[in-house]
Amino acid sequence: MDAIFLQILNGLDKGSAYALIALGLTLIFGTLGVVNFAHGALFMIGAFCAVTLSRILSASFITIDETRTDFLGNPMEVQTPYAEAWFGPEIGASIIDWAVPLSILFAIPVMLLVGFIMERGLIKYFYKRPHADQILVTFGLAIVLQEVIKYFYGANPIPTPAPEVFRGSMDFGVMLGFDPNVIIYPIWRLVYFLFSLSIIAAVFGFLQFTTFGMVVRAGMADRETVGILGIDIDKRFTIMFGIAAAVAGLAGVMYTPINPPNYHMGMDFLVLSFVVVVVGGMGSLPGAVLAGFLLGILESFASTTWAIGLVPGINQIIIYLVAIVVLLTRPRGLLGRKGVMEE
Amino acid sequence: MSKSHLTRRGLIKTGAATGAALATPTLFTGAAWAQEQGFANAPTGDTVTLGFNVPQTGPYADEGADELRAFELAVEHLNGEGDGGMLQTFSSDALQGNGINGKRVEYVTGDTQTKSDAARASARSMIEKDGAIMISGGSSSGVAVAVQGLCQDAGIIFMAGLTHSNDTTGKDRKANGFRHFFNAYQSAAAMGPVLERLYGTDRKAYHLTADYTWGWTTQESMQAATEAMGWETVNNVLTPLAATDFSSYITPVLQSGADVLFLNHYGGNMVNSLTNAVQFGLKEAQANGKQFEIVVPLYSELMARGAGQNIAGIPGSQNWDWKLENQLGERYKGTNAFVQSFGEKFGFPPSQAAHTCYVQTLLYADAVARAGSFNPCAVVEALEGFEFDGMGNGPTLYRAEDHQCFKDVVVTRGKENPENEFDLVEIVEVTPTEAVTYEPDHPMFAGGDLGECNPGA
Amino acid sequence: MTDQTQHTAAGATTNRESRSTGGFLGLKGRDVTLMIVVLILTMAAPIILNPFPQGSSLAQFNAGYPDLMQRFVIFGILAIGFNILFGLTGYLSFGHAAFLGVGSYSTVWMFKLLNYNVLPGLVLAVIVAALFSLLIGYISLRRSGIYFSILTLAFAQMSFALAYSVLTPITNGETGLQVYTSDPQWLRAAGSPDMPHLFGITMRATETVRVGGWSFDFNFGYYFCAVVMVLAFYMAIRIFRSPFGMMLRAVKSNQQRMNYTGLNPRPYTLAAFVISGMYAGLAGGLMASMDPLAGAERMQWTASGEIVLMTILGGAGTLIGPVLGAGLIKYFENIFSKINDGVLHQWFAFMPDGIENALVTIVHPFVGKGWHLTLGLMFMLIVCFLPGGLVEGGKRIATVFRRDRKSGPVEQQAAQKRNAE
Repeated sequence: MDAIFLQILNGLDKGSAYALIALGLTLIFGTLGVVNFAHGALFMIGAFCAVTLSRILSASFITIDETRTDFLGNPMEVQTPYAEAWFGPEIGASIIDWAVPLSILFAIPVMLLVGFIMERGLIKYFYKRPHADQILVTFGLAIVLQEVIKYFYGANPIPTPAPEVFRGSMDFGVMLGFDPNVIIYPIWRLVYFLFSLSIIAAVFGFLQFTTFGMVVRAGMADRETVGILGIDIDKRFTIMFGIAAAVAGLAGVMYTPINPPNYHMGMDFLVLSFVVVVVGGMGSLPGAVLAGFLLGILESFASTTWAIGLVPGINQIIIYLVAIVVLLTRPRGLLGRKGVMEE
Repeated sequence: MSKSHLTRRGLIKTGAATGAALATPTLFTGAAWAQEQGFANAPTGDTVTLGFNVPQTGPYADEGADELRAFELAVEHLNGEGDGGMLQTFSSDALQGNGINGKRVEYVTGDTQTKSDAARASARSMIEKDGAIMISGGSSSGVAVAVQGLCQDAGIIFMAGLTHSNDTTGKDRKANGFRHFFNAYQSAAAMGPVLERLYGTDRKAYHLTADYTWGWTTQESMQAATEAMGWETVNNVLTPLAATDFSSYITPVLQSGADVLFLNHYGGNMVNSLTNAVQFGLKEAQANGKQFEIVVPLYSELMARGAGQNIAGIPGSQNWDWKLENQLGERYKGTNAFVQSFGEKFGFPPSQAAHTCYVQTLLYADAVARAGSFNPCAVVEALEGFEFDGMGNGPTLYRAEDHQCFKDVVVTRGKENPENEFDLVEIVEVTPTEAVTYEPDHPMFAGGDLGECNPGA
Repeated sequence: MTDQTQHTAAGATTNRESRSTGGFLGLKGRDVTLMIVVLILTMAAPIILNPFPQGSSLAQFNAGYPDLMQRFVIFGILAIGFNILFGLTGYLSFGHAAFLGVGSYSTVWMFKLLNYNVLPGLVLAVIVAALFSLLIGYISLRRSGIYFSILTLAFAQMSFALAYSVLTPITNGETGLQVYTSDPQWLRAAGSPDMPHLFGITMRATETVRVGGWSFDFNFGYYFCAVVMVLAFYMAIRIFRSPFGMMLRAVKSNQQRMNYTGLNPRPYTLAAFVISGMYAGLAGGLMASMDPLAGAERMQWTASGEIVLMTILGGAGTLIGPVLGAGLIKYFENIFSKINDGVLHQWFAFMPDGIENALVTIVHPFVGKGWHLTLGLMFMLIVCFLPGGLVEGGKRIATVFRRDRKSGPVEQQAAQKRNAE
């Protein structure tokens, strides 16, 4: 029982990352009809927003300590972060410690900007082009973006820990009536799950309850008619693209303490998020979220010793197997609409 | 780099111009050319070309970059530039700093992408297009085995870079291939006594293993070594290479009754699995009335940097560490000479990958110099059974039977309070050569056949 | 290039042409020219691809060494086959690398079990790829559009993941399948070469001809692959121009109308899928024949994606486009990745030190370990400014020429220009 509960938790956690990326991807699919292979790169850029901010916050000046020597026998260079020099060691250290949560504030404008530039500068010329061309141009863009990151940050993963108070794990089971020491779960992963839920809720609320959202939904259904009504749908679509980029970026920011980011993490998630979107059903936001959590949970269960013992290698292929089964039994994914991307 | 740097093109250009002026436009074929020399890619001018094939894109690109730095340094030292590095401490004095056999050393580089296909394509281009006489480098065992096989067929010497799988000098050993780096069996043999001393003889181990050849040989070796000292193996779970999140593999560990977790992972896999294990509180956990422990059989500096503070206190093994000579003295001489010249040039200490690549290049050059010929068969003969010292690992033997180096193995542990990002591990102990030596036909290495050396023509 | 005009205007001209009798090997008009151009280019490739004298500073850009030339034509075959599916029917398969992979594995297994003669291996590669693609195609073609793409992707990724891990006894996993001296090789005759060969002539046999400062490698393996590619190209032209090809185009343009006329498109698309799978298997077999090691990575989604990119880059639906796309990507992968700082310094060595260093700093991020960046930029530039791929570029150049002087064979010149790159 507790093992099952733990794997559900793991699945929800993995699922939140999948769901957030797939949500942005399907927004772009649904509103703009663009196959965006650069979406994984947006997730990666978000993660590197966190890395960048923590580098900025811990920017240091160098003093020479004559009493100690470095590995070459020269006097040791000691780095003192400006934050610690200006605000005192304790406050300075805690500012640096909180770099990842602070990055949310940093990442939102950056990601919106990246989204706007991408849409205005490149994507908008591809609305009427074949999907094949969209794939080529966004794939090219994804490569360029990740190479730029690699150029500045290297290929090695960069540890970006959560603030001290969120580090480590807590005995989550006791709260739910389990015995102590049974359900121990990392605090940050719970934070990540709750954060994802609130982002998902915000996006849904935004589309459901605002005039802007209504227009965008109308545009998704019938772009031309909305245009005829005199509404500047292009501008709204640009904003939608920015929002999708921000959602992917925030997913990336918050993901950094879970696994250290590297420049190709976007590509690792790209294929998976496409599978998630398609399993959920093209053009369906609830479908993307549902499929994200479903695949996350199934992946977790397939990784248990029991499952691997039953079918060797099941943990390697589960996601794809589920995708095949879903697509063969439900032609348009779980909640897909008819006629989207079927031509 | 400035203009004084080697200008191979310039040299060849001049050569070609003179050649073109003298040569009548007759045709002559390459086959006859090679037969004259008796081996493939025999250097004809006053230069010799080496091929350095390292990952430049993909997850191991940083490790590849460090290997390239070491190669660059080695070439410099061979050509008599810089401070000479390990040439001063190397026990053999065949190398004079005038290139190899009087021929100036040039090099070409390529990208393995850490894929066997791409690595072989890159190596073939070096051999076919650039006329490389030796290929070195690499950062994974799959690539090393693939390129080693290619070099055997093409009649080129392969000096393996970072490759840790038993197969490289076991099942897949080749006459033209040599490995200086240690292997999974030696890791296990070295760590066994240390683990016993640290954690006792009554432990239950849980293995998470990367689901491919290297992971399996490492797990097999660790299991054999720990069971030999009385530990019990509770479970071994295989994880996909593509896995990025290990939470679902880690949550069952505490419930399993184990009190030690082995992470048989490398690179990004290891960084993530260790980060996850620490997140789930395994480092602070108690099991069977003992402190829970995590072990990472193969350490690398870059992995340690990626995992950050999570590695504190976690033991692992290494081929070499830049602090060896400072902490353990004269036996590891060469270490400081290398660290000095590497540090002066690049500003930070070298990684073990850089070290093994540097040493391999010097060893190859020395073998050519001692043999007096670039012929691969002569080089193989010179390297087989070669005993040397002063390369940072203490007295070392290149065993003739399987072309594996035998030397001390360093057991390290993550530092609790590292001073900077290059000083993340501390040396726990050095396991002497005798303890990590095995028979060439040991079951974990059986089934291989060196074959005959191939000169390629 | 000529064929896209024909494709877009598929109706009138082709119909008229195909009704007329005669021609060369069943080819008409422009196709004959195209065929001859391809034939000349492939046969003269060792010379065309080595335009710079050995030792000159531009020799870095020479691509005329056996390995890369073999890769050009092998990936050309792969792209030609992929184009029969994607270019004609519009079905975008994201799993074609799987067929390449099984082709390679089959061939190496033939080497292990029989002997190093490449023919049995190639035959088996094509058969196994056909069966495998029949299975995957039968299931995946139940869906269309992106759903089809994801199904093929899923199958290919499963093949890759299993080949790398659980199926190691068959595939040798991470290390890649290779031939060991302990393998049975039941049909091996004494004295036959212990490397892939065709009736005794090894694939590695190379004649190097030196003319002045130039050096040209004439490699048997390359010519073997080139002949296979020319045949594959010929087959593709015939398919494009056949009633079957017309039917596939109909699937692309309007499946519903096809349904209404009482035709079931499934058998046609499945046939196209299997044919293109066989092309991929053949390419995989040839890869293993040129270099007898089959790694699991060639089945990964990135490899499938590369095939898609090659086809779109060159010009989907055109005959020669995919081959050009394949050549361009392989050229970048193999040539640009080898340009390191040392080479850059040599290039700019004639400049004053300051400018030299500045130039090296500027160029440095785009070559060597940064070759991916250049590739990505090139994808974007081509798709932005040349919708329709490299073939479109060729056509534009041709138009410019035609405007200048209205002569006939300029299209070929333009085509050659592109091919020579």
